[in-house]
Amino acid sequence: MIDIQKEIQKDRRAFIKNVLSGTIAGSLLMVIPAGAALDQRLPEQISGIRGDDSPFTEKKFAFVVDVTACIGCGSCCVADKNEYNVPDGNYRTWVERYIIDDHDEVFVDSPNGGLDGYTEERTDIPYPVRDTFFVPKLCNMCEKPSCVQVCPVGATYKTEDGFILVDKNRCVGCGYCIQACPYSVRFLNPISKTAEKCTWCYSRVRQGLLPACVNVCPVHARKFGDLNDKTSEVYKLLREPHVISVLKPGMGNQPALHYLGLRREVV
Amino acid sequence: MSVAAHGETVAAISNFIFPNDLHVHWSLMIVLYPYITGLVAGAFIVSSLYHVFHIKALKPVARFSLLFALAFLICATWPLLNHLGHPERALSMMLTPNPTSAMAGFGYIYSAYFIVLLLEIIFIFRPVVVGLREKATGFMRVLYGILAIGSDNVSEKALKIDHKIIAFLAAIGIPMACVLHGYVGFIFGGIKANPLWATPLMPLIFLLSACVSGIAGIILTYILLMKISGRAIDMDCVQTLIKFLWGFFILDFVFEMLELFSHFYMATHHWHTLETLYSGPLFNTFWVFQVGIFSVIPFFLLMFMSLIRFKDGLLLFFAPIVSIMILLQVLLMRWNVVVGGQLMSKSERGATTFHPMWLEKEGILPAIIIMIAPVVILWIIGKVLPFWVDDEGVEAV
Ligand code: SF4
Ligand code: SF4
Repeated sequence: MIDIQKEIQKDRRAFIKNVLSGTIAGSLLMVIPAGAALDQRLPEQISGIRGDDSPFTEKKFAFVVDVTACIGCGSCCVADKNEYNVPDGNYRTWVERYIIDDHDEVFVDSPNGGLDGYTEERTDIPYPVRDTFFVPKLCNMCEKPSCVQVCPVGATYKTEDGFILVDKNRCVGCGYCIQACPYSVRFLNPISKTAEKCTWCYSRVRQGLLPACVNVCPVHARKFGDLNDKTSEVYKLLREPHVISVLKPGMGNQPALHYLGLRREVV
Repeated sequence: MSVAAHGETVAAISNFIFPNDLHVHWSLMIVLYPYITGLVAGAFIVSSLYHVFHIKALKPVARFSLLFALAFLICATWPLLNHLGHPERALSMMLTPNPTSAMAGFGYIYSAYFIVLLLEIIFIFRPVVVGLREKATGFMRVLYGILAIGSDNVSEKALKIDHKIIAFLAAIGIPMACVLHGYVGFIFGGIKANPLWATPLMPLIFLLSACVSGIAGIILTYILLMKISGRAIDMDCVQTLIKFLWGFFILDFVFEMLELFSHFYMATHHWHTLETLYSGPLFNTFWVFQVGIFSVIPFFLLMFMSLIRFKDGLLLFFAPIVSIMILLQVLLMRWNVVVGGQLMSKSERGATTFHPMWLEKEGILPAIIIMIAPVVILWIIGKVLPFWVDDEGVEAV
């Protein structure tokens, strides 16, 4: 007991000394303004957000995942886990590996959500492999989100610019939304005991930055932008004759997440 | 992929689960919640059969059923509160509810029903309470004073008014009890993302099984309490309860099977998900236990007991057994729906497993405690309001 007290005393003394000599104070001063100026220092990634006075509600964001491009490296998952401190065993985004053999049998896996990439080969495929591809999954930001519909306290809500978010301070942790999301993108955060899911990096987007996963994808398989901006890549992709589809269209959720080159085997 | 190969394909790919689907989020507590509300609704129906539909044979248990319903209703929210990540925010469901949420309505329906049940009990027991108050002293006298809602008028005229109020409360109580439990069914039935839950039949099945469990609960406790206290059991009452149990159970069981059969017959893409579930993780708990042992055997037992005039001793031997089996059947049904529905991943490809632990927050031990609580509460209520006394203060012997 006394020892602990002594240690604390020592720590305190050391802290004060550090402050006086300027080390902590100095570094704090460097961190705080740097944080505030983050969006000024980083070049704008989604054009037309900084300095645009028109209301944010006029934006219509879309996410496009190019299945034909994804190499399953898992960088997006790592970026996401770091950005949001996602607890082990829960996933705001993950990458699935599909393997289809000569007899049309489909094998899907996603070890650790694809966080570690796909370094292991699957040795249990009985016939020669016909096709293989990766499918990243994340919140679909549904136009008609069932998670918002069922939340008893309105903790899950839709922002005016079309993002579906969870208010940590309201969520009662009932998990009804987890049951209602057809895509299983929600989980109950074991620490905060509230529902959590991918937000399409709302706070980054509002500063003109791309979602973290989009930013790190080495092959540009994840694309993000404003559909009201006719020069944006997503606008062009969704306008032009590409093979584009959404997951589980029969659910009626009308996702704003679109897949380029999605195969019929994917659910 | 040929159609014939589909079965094979399904078998081969039946093992991918979305990473967030690995653990079952709604566990034992959410199994108990519809179970307890079901007992409430069912017990209330028993009392209404006497008070509203004038099934005279049920007079001995009519009052007891109400107290039984109250004891369980008091505990109905406990498993929910234990399940919530933030129980301290639970009241927001009523203060700032989201009108589109099926769950948000529960708090109101629950409270409204609570009030109706409480009022009905107060009016039914008023003459008894007035009598008891005269004999009581100290705290009990104050308590009886409160329960008599400040009126010790037991004149014939006053009682007549009471009876009108009781009939009215019992009458609005029936639809409310049905809504209470049908609604619980809808909380599940309205979740489109889960093919096992998403059926318009869900509220109906929940309601019928509620009636079944409530009646079984009343039969069991009535016989047990009478035996323990050495009172005479009203055989006509038991016989009638058994008949009602049989009737409701036929409906319940038929609808449970019809629901499954419809899925099978329509064979939409949901069926392949459900088929995997019923032939895999749910095989034992559904086919072997819920259907095989705890539905078919009680079904025939009830049939014999209703159609053949059993000797009293034999009836009193089988009635508790069949009631316990029915109570377990309904518990299994809740388990198979609530947990079963979550075993299938939304990937439609794989299933997960679930084994409750004893000591965790939502484990078996807390579940047992929550199930014992209403029994204790019922015992306490029995200390205040005698179960077997009628208006004239005549006690069943
Ligand atoms: S994907 Fe799920 S969590 Fe995301 S908006 Fe749709 S229903 Fe809600
Ligand atoms: S877990 Fe939270 S966000 Fe989800 S439905 Fe319940 S209260 Fe709403």
